[in-house]
Amino acid sequence: MNELVGSCIKGDMRAIARLITLLENQDREAYAALYRLKDHEGVAQVVGITGPPGAGKSTIVDKLISQFRARGRKVGVLAVDPTSPFSGGAILGDRLRMQSHATDAGVFIRSLATRGSLGGISKATHAAIKVLDAAGYDIILVETVGVGQSEIDIVRVADTVVLISVPGLGDDIQVIKAGIMEIGDIFVVNKADRDGADRLVRELRAMLETQAQLSRGQAPSGGPDTLAARDPNFMHHAGLVEGSNISAKEASTSIGRDSSTPIYFGSEQIPIPPVLKTIAATGVGVAELSEAIIQHFELLKKTGELDKKRLESIKYQLGQFIFDEVSQMLNSPPVSELRNKLAEQVFFRKLDVYSAGMALFHKIQLKETKGAAHESPQD
Amino acid sequence: MERKIRVLVAKPGLDGHDRGAKVIARALRDAGMEVIYTGLRQTPEQIVNAAIQEDVDVIALSILSGAHNHLFPRVVELLKERGVDDILVFGGGVIPEEDIPFLKSKGIAEIFGPGTPTSKTIEFIRANLKRPLDR
Repeated sequence: MNELVGSCIKGDMRAIARLITLLENQDREAYAALYRLKDHEGVAQVVGITGPPGAGKSTIVDKLISQFRARGRKVGVLAVDPTSPFSGGAILGDRLRMQSHATDAGVFIRSLATRGSLGGISKATHAAIKVLDAAGYDIILVETVGVGQSEIDIVRVADTVVLISVPGLGDDIQVIKAGIMEIGDIFVVNKADRDGADRLVRELRAMLETQAQLSRGQAPSGGPDTLAARDPNFMHHAGLVEGSNISAKEASTSIGRDSSTPIYFGSEQIPIPPVLKTIAATGVGVAELSEAIIQHFELLKKTGELDKKRLESIKYQLGQFIFDEVSQMLNSPPVSELRNKLAEQVFFRKLDVYSAGMALFHKIQLKETKGAAHESPQD
Repeated sequence: MERKIRVLVAKPGLDGHDRGAKVIARALRDAGMEVIYTGLRQTPEQIVNAAIQEDVDVIALSILSGAHNHLFPRVVELLKERGVDDILVFGGGVIPEEDIPFLKSKGIAEIFGPGTPTSKTIEFIRANLKRPLDR
């Protein structure tokens, strides 16, 4: 295992691939070995690419790889596709659109199946990012599964989230709904040669502007049309050239998240996200997108936001770790037996579900304290 | 815990028909395997690099163009050059009976012609994996 990790740090492709496999399979030894990566990671920019199925995520990733390679950066790609809930199998087809980079030694592409995770990425994505980071990839593009409205786990792993939309998926109410529309650091309207692209751009800009105004405690000044009439490129200019004084931190409290760890939203130093147009199939607009991605990272670093964001993400990972451990315990024989027994008692109304739940929880706690002694990391 | 079998389904060469490859991909998916589908017109170099990065157990090659005697052995050669000895390689497509012994001598584990039931391919994979499933 030490040899494998050593080879990873040196950038050996087979070692990287094998370590990711072991992490995907939740190999304990491999997880323990992550300890050795810690001095080599934290350098890469992690970019999440998310959006609905067929929005053009893989094609944009393919074109972004070319852009970053032209700037001399090494690029790692983690492309996530769904696992079948019935067979447990998966068709991982994102790579199909990126195969022109398969023989470039500066590009590493790995397909991951969700294996039961519902948040848009797989459980092993975190760990796989660490491996690619430590192996020397400068930019790591994480392509989520095609998402709907609420698969937002990407925000927990990425420094920069690119949200890709396409025209024709709905009216302007869709863009003000909670969930996925709130997590973009950069918004992209792909297939911008299609009808409705400009309207979508206007709606997105209006949504972002309203959000900013609400968080400043001001009444929104106008609808999408007035805003667009004022300056169609307003958001884009405001987005990256100069910082506007929106307190997105306030936004996070006013919008409210339903999870135990709040999503770190950034401070007033982070401006309104830009809205960019692309036609990924021909590459139109992708150079500008790559520029926006790099600038976002620079801004995060310059303002100190990156550290705060990553610290929050680590807290989330710690929480997630506990969830995973507990859910594994639930399936371990003594606990699952008790669970079955308790379920019957609840079914026959000898117990209520809350007392039964507490009894089960108590069992897990006991198991935890007994098992903790020989689980400490060795190094 | 038993790990997932990962399979790269690739079409080397210049023919543009991937119906068969897609049927196989779908069948392997339904058998609980993770199938990386790389699509049409792949060079052996692309296939081998993808297989290494994806850390697959199996490379399934499909070809209809007639260039199998060149392209299939090239994939196996490249794997050897990279020091990879734990990936099972087999092929399918329109391949004349008389070419099969040559391909097998070059390290292609099996050739499945048109009409092979997908269950046979699945069984073959499970029985011939070069890496144990328990890790």
